[in-house]
Amino acid sequence: MKYRSVFDIIGPVMIGPSSSHTAGAARIGRAARNLFGEKPEHVDIHFYGSFKSTYKGHGTDVAIVGGILDYDTFDDRIKTSLETAETEGIQVTIHEEPSTPDHPNTARVLLKTGENELELTGISIGGGKVEITELNGFPLRLSGNHPAIVLLHNDRYGAIASATAVLAEARINIGRMEVSRKAEGAQALMVIEVDQNISDEVMKQLEGAEHITQVARISD
Amino acid sequence: MFRNVEELIGIAKAEDIAISEVMIRQEMKAKEMSREQVFENMEQNLIVMEEAVEEGLKGVKSHSGLTGGDAVLIQKYMEEKRPLSGELLLDAVSKAVATNEVNAAMGRICATPTAGSAGCVPGTLFAVKNRLEPSREDMIRYLFTSGAFGFVVANNASISGAAGGCQAEVGSAAGMASAAIVEMAGGTPEQSADAMAITLKNMLGLICDPVAGLVEVPCVKRNAMGASQAIVSADLALAGVKSKIPCDEVIDAMFKVGQRMPSAFRETAEGGLAATPTGKALAKEIYGS
Repeated sequence: MKYRSVFDIIGPVMIGPSSSHTAGAARIGRAARNLFGEKPEHVDIHFYGSFKSTYKGHGTDVAIVGGILDYDTFDDRIKTSLETAETEGIQVTIHEEPSTPDHPNTARVLLKTGENELELTGISIGGGKVEITELNGFPLRLSGNHPAIVLLHNDRYGAIASATAVLAEARINIGRMEVSRKAEGAQALMVIEVDQNISDEVMKQLEGAEHITQVARISD
Repeated sequence: MFRNVEELIGIAKAEDIAISEVMIRQEMKAKEMSREQVFENMEQNLIVMEEAVEEGLKGVKSHSGLTGGDAVLIQKYMEEKRPLSGELLLDAVSKAVATNEVNAAMGRICATPTAGSAGCVPGTLFAVKNRLEPSREDMIRYLFTSGAFGFVVANNASISGAAGGCQAEVGSAAGMASAAIVEMAGGTPEQSADAMAITLKNMLGLICDPVAGLVEVPCVKRNAMGASQAIVSADLALAGVKSKIPCDEVIDAMFKVGQRMPSAFRETAEGGLAATPTGKALAKEIYGS
């Protein structure tokens, strides 16, 4: 079941005008920002489908940039996010993509600061709910509704155990997890949805865990 | 966890509790939260709804200039004349319009289930409130009942205009509202399901065709229509009128209609009213190209 809470239906509280094209877009932007971990210098946003056709009317561009600035769906500052980005020296480019996406409300976000780069694709499935479908070329399914940890790791035995051992030690329950890789023995991605927010200390332990190369978290 | 309306009604009957109570208990279990926390979270949403209606009734205007001020006009008309459709119904309409006008003006609203359809549930709630004089708790329960039916639609069909057309948004919202009105008025869980089914049946096939891609024309007035349909369906169900097609089958039909709907009618602003000469001219005026 895609929707698990009554507050997915009665909610979110948000700045209008569209739950999928405004609130959902803000959530996609914010997920990218959380995974990126810092303020980006360059932002490229690719809109597909209905996002491409109607983003100006719905303020989808304003909302997704608001999310990238780490604003929540109900934050009034969303309205002036494009101006804020400009003042803060963030270069934003919007691309209208003609190809037909799998989901009508699809956005691909590229964030860049120096060597740090992140590419994330998100879909807005209705009522403000979003799913992250791709991260740095890895296909994945991340609802953004639970706190989650995303780990890049070496595709070899023991990598999963070393990450889950840290969580078990910290008494953190795993709600759902997914592992994917580009090729055997190459870089792999682990996505773990958990029940509570992850502390800085646990993050540090995960960063130091064997076979783990990069760790990011998404807070509730 | 209930997966469809049949199971929802089944739990309510077996345990002899209201639909709102089924939803509350499920939420407590799913989120591991206390009853007080769940109620408090929902009351926060109710407060946002109250503030949005209040703001809309003062009069707002969207950035495009396409919508705003109609809620004020309707309220004024109600003060000066006797509305043909009835005080309660038109009051609901004006409050639904107020909410969506605030939404269009990039104000703060609570999505129910979406922003484009955010007027139906609060519009009907605040109008019915004046007649039924519910407690604060019952007003919060109204939102849980609405949410329970929306939960079923979202999981078995869609609440997205881009995926299923306006029937999935205003259709769902109006259906949710009608089911909640029935519970607040003292009807049975079955009557709530009948009201939901009757409402959704009358919304089948409704396309999503926003002029210039904005959640304004026809969205604001579709919420007016959704609110009025919700009240009429609730009255029908309370009178004992049943839906020949069970609620779950209506939801499934809505889903299938949405799947076969051309993309021009699913929030792309390429069909329907958006593609009329005036619709296109307005888009040109707003975007300047």
